[in-house]
Amino acid sequence: MAENTIGLKAFGGYIPRLRLQRKSITGANAWIAPNLVGKGKGERSMGNWDEDSLTMAVEAARDLLGTDEDRSHIDALYFGSTTLPFSDRLNSGIISAALTLDQNIQAVDVASTQRAGTTALLHALNGVAGGGNKEALVCAADHRKARAASVQELELGDGAAALSVGTDDLIAKFIGSHTLTIDFVDHFRGSGEEFDYGWEERWIRDEGYTKIVPKAITEALEKTGVSASDIDHFVMPCTFARLPQKLAKMCGINPDTVTDPLGAVCGETGAAHALVMLVHALQNAKPGEKVMLVHFGGGCDVLIFETTDLIASMSNKKGIVGSLADRQEETNYMKFLTFHGLVEWERGMRGEQDKKTALTTLYRNEDTVMGLVGGRCTETGVVQFPRSRISVAPNKPAVDTQEPYKFADRKATILSWSADFLSFSMNPPNHYGMIVFEGGGRIMMDIGDVTQGEVDSGTEVRMVFRIKDFDDQRGFKRYFWKAVPVRKSVATAQAAE
Amino acid sequence: MARGIKDKVAILGMGCSKFGERWDSGPEELMVEAYLEAMQDAGIEPTQLDAAWFSTHIDEIGTGKGGTPLSVALRLPNIAVTRVENFCASGSEALRGAVYAVASGAADIALALGVEKLKDTGYGGLPVSNPGTLNPQLTPNGSAPGNFAQLASAYRAKHGVDKDDLKRAIAHVSVKSHANGAKNPKAHLQKEVTEEQVMNAPMIAEPLGLFDCCGVSDGAAAAIVTTPEIAKAMGKKDIVTVKALQLSVSNGLESQHNSWDGSYFHTARIAAKKAYAEAGIEKPREEVSMMEVHDCFSITELVTMEDLFISPEGGAVKDVMDGFYDSEGDVPCQIDGGLKCFGHPIGASGLRMAYEMYLQLQGRAGERQLPNPKIGLTHNLGGAPSQNVCSVAIIGAHDA
Repeated sequence: MAENTIGLKAFGGYIPRLRLQRKSITGANAWIAPNLVGKGKGERSMGNWDEDSLTMAVEAARDLLGTDEDRSHIDALYFGSTTLPFSDRLNSGIISAALTLDQNIQAVDVASTQRAGTTALLHALNGVAGGGNKEALVCAADHRKARAASVQELELGDGAAALSVGTDDLIAKFIGSHTLTIDFVDHFRGSGEEFDYGWEERWIRDEGYTKIVPKAITEALEKTGVSASDIDHFVMPCTFARLPQKLAKMCGINPDTVTDPLGAVCGETGAAHALVMLVHALQNAKPGEKVMLVHFGGGCDVLIFETTDLIASMSNKKGIVGSLADRQEETNYMKFLTFHGLVEWERGMRGEQDKKTALTTLYRNEDTVMGLVGGRCTETGVVQFPRSRISVAPNKPAVDTQEPYKFADRKATILSWSADFLSFSMNPPNHYGMIVFEGGGRIMMDIGDVTQGEVDSGTEVRMVFRIKDFDDQRGFKRYFWKAVPVRKSVATAQAAE
Repeated sequence: MARGIKDKVAILGMGCSKFGERWDSGPEELMVEAYLEAMQDAGIEPTQLDAAWFSTHIDEIGTGKGGTPLSVALRLPNIAVTRVENFCASGSEALRGAVYAVASGAADIALALGVEKLKDTGYGGLPVSNPGTLNPQLTPNGSAPGNFAQLASAYRAKHGVDKDDLKRAIAHVSVKSHANGAKNPKAHLQKEVTEEQVMNAPMIAEPLGLFDCCGVSDGAAAAIVTTPEIAKAMGKKDIVTVKALQLSVSNGLESQHNSWDGSYFHTARIAAKKAYAEAGIEKPREEVSMMEVHDCFSITELVTMEDLFISPEGGAVKDVMDGFYDSEGDVPCQIDGGLKCFGHPIGASGLRMAYEMYLQLQGRAGERQLPNPKIGLTHNLGGAPSQNVCSVAIIGAHDA
């Protein structure tokens, strides 16, 4: 392999399990938006109430990283999103803490454009190409809000993707790129605003996409010396039907190489969507194929990759293909509106509890809370959560013998549980229970992504990083880990793949 | 083992307020109600009290902290008042303080009084609590029923009990207590219910329905204790003494170590063993005449029958269905109606249980009176099955 070869080492993907049926949106809104009834086809991904761009990015990254505890090989993290939960608190720092990445890491938030995902990827490629980083992790996720009865509500989806960039064991070599920066305002979201404001679609299509994208593609092909006819996968997020094919053709690229924009099964996942589509394309790619990744927004990014023989080594990843298969149909539009904060609903007095977070406590227990790291007694081997100075071991409460012990990627089952209708929950009944881990340790924790009657003692679960509580009074979110049932059908489907 | 408390302290008098939704009363009025009855029963003047122990659990809607709320409400003669709090065992904790003071000789006569005013929250159920700064970041936003309901799933898994069979057994637990409570004018709920009603009630926390949960009430209860010698000198007959007072507190084993299977109370078994040893009881199933246990939820009472070694392990469902714990059964349980019918004003409950045992032992329980009981057991649990405090107290006839 050439000395200065850089590229992608691995990928991961995550699409929330809930899929809102578009018909349930258009049906509910037909009285006010009869023009949208025809768009009531297929489904869009819908984060659960406790998911946001950070939690989804963490899931995508965990898919990429696998269960290996040693993550010190990652020395940079780039996170692209237009829905960062914090305006001033390093969002990628939260991802880093959840993934228990090394503290000696450069973590960067990339925001403010639909190209945030591709831009984050370009930063990572540049960082590794320049020798500053050895292996960079890139995450992109978006969890956008749209007004009820809007087109966006139907077209958007929630999701995340992750890629790692390095110089060896590449699954796809980076051939080159080109970026145009143009202040073409097809839509905008003012600082502190919840919703996008968009301009006329025909103008965006004709003056935006049709003029800017071919220019960027042409430059990229010229710079890299790649022939348009060599492109095997043309990956471009776009909600205009047939427009990617038209643009590909304009540039001499075979329109049949245009990959599925996933509109019917997922929706447009914003700044994540280029990487979501790229991961999806890579899961369908064969060795030695050229992939062109294009993302339009405030200009245009074009990146070209060529897959290697190692692409086959990624078959164990859930990726976007596996995430799309792990789905649960949701037909309750009110639930969607409630999760997005678009309905003032009666929470009851139990929902009034102050959720102020003691930041001192959070920092003191950072790896416990954010990384689900407990302790292991070096004398007895007894593991526990949380860590403590005196071990819980019943027969040998050794003092100061604990070393950090990670729980997040261990197999676990439910010992005891209940579905609680009394306590406040954003998605009642509130499921929680005692989770026991293979190899020792247990945690009383929330059970998420669950429907009533689905779990019992003995049900296998896995850990996910989620929002624990909202502190609306102060604009803070608490994150912690929850148990979600391991679905046998999905596990089997993955094994069969 | 230490020599223990057996027969060192006698109950001189007891009092218990009417329990219920006491919209008319604040904690002060409830305290006075229990206190005046106890003082009349004891036949003493306030100046004869040497010290007092005061139990209440919730600050926000209760009396506030410290010993002053009791001293002010009762206009005590500036004696020592110690506020104690130990979750749902707080009332038993107050009794322990007063009893130990008398046993040590530091006090001749001591008062224990517990109160809780729960119905000032604006909603049903126990108030939502905020325990410290780390717990809310880690633990589920659960509820008492959600925590205790988990016993059912673990008990089913361990003993292979069918879901419906367990649901029917815990329904019988509540039916029995309602039948008892219907005969108690001080109970909050004085109405009989049927098994079908219980089984078909709205779900609170799976598998616990509305009637599987105890009521939420306001109330207060009090005990005045002294030495058996002083009681005798005061001309008291049918003297009731304390036989055992034990408390066991979780150390994190259940919540952090996989040796606990979730189906029983680790602490209750320890407290029960120690209490039987302290009281000199060898065969509890035969020697205990009656019990008031912490039936915060029907499933709690069911597993407690095994934890107190009255039913054999895995045998509680059968005993319950056989009526072993009914008022006509071998060991009547919750003869006053239990938490089920009294509700659970947290700081008061332990003392309320002792009040019924005391009345029964003195033959003063009216329509509920059991034939010639000798030994009564009270039991409190506070917290959750996975982390809790458990108290077991045994009182009995002085000559028993």
